[in-house]
Amino acid sequence: MSLSRQDVAKVGRLARLALSEADLERMTGELTKIVGFVSQLGELDTDAVEPLAHPLDTKNVFREDQPAPSLTTEQALASAPRHDGACFLVPAVLGESGAA
Amino acid sequence: MQPLDRSATELVAAVRSGDLTAVACTEAFVDRIEAVNGRVNAFLAVDRQRALDQAAAIDARRSAGQPLGALAGLPVAVKDALCTTDFPTTCASRMLAGYRPPYDADVVARLRRADAVIVGKTNMDEFAMGGSNENSAFGDVHNPWDLARTPGGSSGGSAACVAADMAPVAIGSDTGGSIRQPAGLCGITGFKPTYGRISRRGLVAFASSLDQIGPMARSAADCALVMETIAGHDPGDATSLGEPVPSYTHELTGSLAGLRIGRVAEHYGPGLDPEVAQGVEEAFAAFRAAGATIHDVELPHAKYGIPTYYLIAPCEASSNLARYDGAHYGVRAEPGRGVRAEPGRGVRAEPGRGRHAEAGDGDAGQFESPLVEMYCRSRAEGFGPEVKRRIMLGTYALSAGYYEAFYAKALRVRRLIQRDFLEAFAKVDVIAGPVSPTAAFLLGEKTGDPLAMYLVDMYTVGTNLAGIGGISFPCGFTAGGLPIGFQLQGPALSESLLLRAAHQYQQLTDWHLRRPALAT
Repeated sequence: MSLSRQDVAKVGRLARLALSEADLERMTGELTKIVGFVSQLGELDTDAVEPLAHPLDTKNVFREDQPAPSLTTEQALASAPRHDGACFLVPAVLGESGAA
Repeated sequence: MQPLDRSATELVAAVRSGDLTAVACTEAFVDRIEAVNGRVNAFLAVDRQRALDQAAAIDARRSAGQPLGALAGLPVAVKDALCTTDFPTTCASRMLAGYRPPYDADVVARLRRADAVIVGKTNMDEFAMGGSNENSAFGDVHNPWDLARTPGGSSGGSAACVAADMAPVAIGSDTGGSIRQPAGLCGITGFKPTYGRISRRGLVAFASSLDQIGPMARSAADCALVMETIAGHDPGDATSLGEPVPSYTHELTGSLAGLRIGRVAEHYGPGLDPEVAQGVEEAFAAFRAAGATIHDVELPHAKYGIPTYYLIAPCEASSNLARYDGAHYGVRAEPGRGVRAEPGRGVRAEPGRGRHAEAGDGDAGQFESPLVEMYCRSRAEGFGPEVKRRIMLGTYALSAGYYEAFYAKALRVRRLIQRDFLEAFAKVDVIAGPVSPTAAFLLGEKTGDPLAMYLVDMYTVGTNLAGIGGISFPCGFTAGGLPIGFQLQGPALSESLLLRAAHQYQQLTDWHLRRPALAT
């Protein structure tokens, strides 16, 4: 199984990772090798096997709906790269980036 | 008394009885850290004064006749994946350089309540992804037995600091072997309990269905002592188990006679170093001589452990690490620029900075909005190569068109792997074998080949996939003087049995007492 540079660029966009040309080149080779290796699972017939997402047979766990102390706004914002004292600040969510 | 030569169990008893002050105990270990850490690089942060102040407060309370916690005066090192309010918590990543969490991990809070003295935060592979500690953004950790070699990973700093007598006990985390493998390569004892036995709250998430915290120490008895403090239910972690925590230290006694140990043919395939195989066989012989019986068992899907793990763990990681978005904490790269803000420090918006001032130029046109550009550049700047590789692999395996073939397929094989263990444990009490296929390899030896590095986890990932317990401890040395590790795996909630079996072996052998000749 082989991944193309286009495949890897698309995954980079999905993963929100900016990739340079050199990154793309290297990762295309590495991911092709790793994906080829993990594809050996295809040897096994698992049609009748239930997926196991979690080792414990856990069900949803609910707590009592009681108010409890939580972080203050100041604590929650303390490590934010940019904030205005009440909110996290981010660049424009909509619209063009840079050009036009 | 010389604290560096004493077990954690002895240190706690000595502080309690007054033979040793908590200050003298703490001082001995922080002095040792200052003397040797420059060569080992096991610690990312040490706070001598804070540790000594805590120790002095414990001594004052003892003098005043006030009650002391179960670990009073015991120096403990904590892997930098666990949140601490009084130390930065970085996961050895540039992404979190300088980050100060607003709360303590449950394990850390329990250690504090027990009056343990947290001396520092240990180095690791970035976000716990790696088996050699070479993925730390803050430098390799060096194996105290041979500084040119890896201590293993990802809890390499925790293993190396115990091996080099810089702390009697360290806390690690194990997602695919990250406690047991470095313990094996550094000649110490490392315990990965059953999934859910210890709260994961405040453990920076890597792969949430696999991650488990555990103790690393010289002996199984010391691991048992620490387990009594850190295990137990936490309402803040819905996956933590509610079963009562036994008195592990009281359950260490009891003969090995009649213990049924499974020996797995699949462990002895290609890649296993002959010296490691020899050391493991001698450990089997020691258990047999002590009255245990050895039985052949099969784990037919063991060879699929690594491919299954390297789908499930990256998939969960790609989801968990989505939180590093440049907005809430950590590194932020502004659109069209490099990294701007010092991570871990709130930087107020500068008035008058408009959208166009932020947009910049360059290749910004490839991003759909300035926000997305900020995400993509922040993550590119903050994460190292292995973390990026795993995020990419996981994102690929979860993406439309590939989910069934990769992620769902891996979950089905995970069921088969768990079933293998359940069937084996119907016949034997524990399963034993090597921890790693080789002793500690050279730093740099595998860094060019990610796949070769992944194979070092071949004997350990099954434990995590099945959610069961595993303990690793030294069972000999190579001709070159490197420790060889032995692993016992047991069914869910077999903590007492695993600790007892390892402890009884350590009563018959002295491999765990050997120390590296690391001159000061």
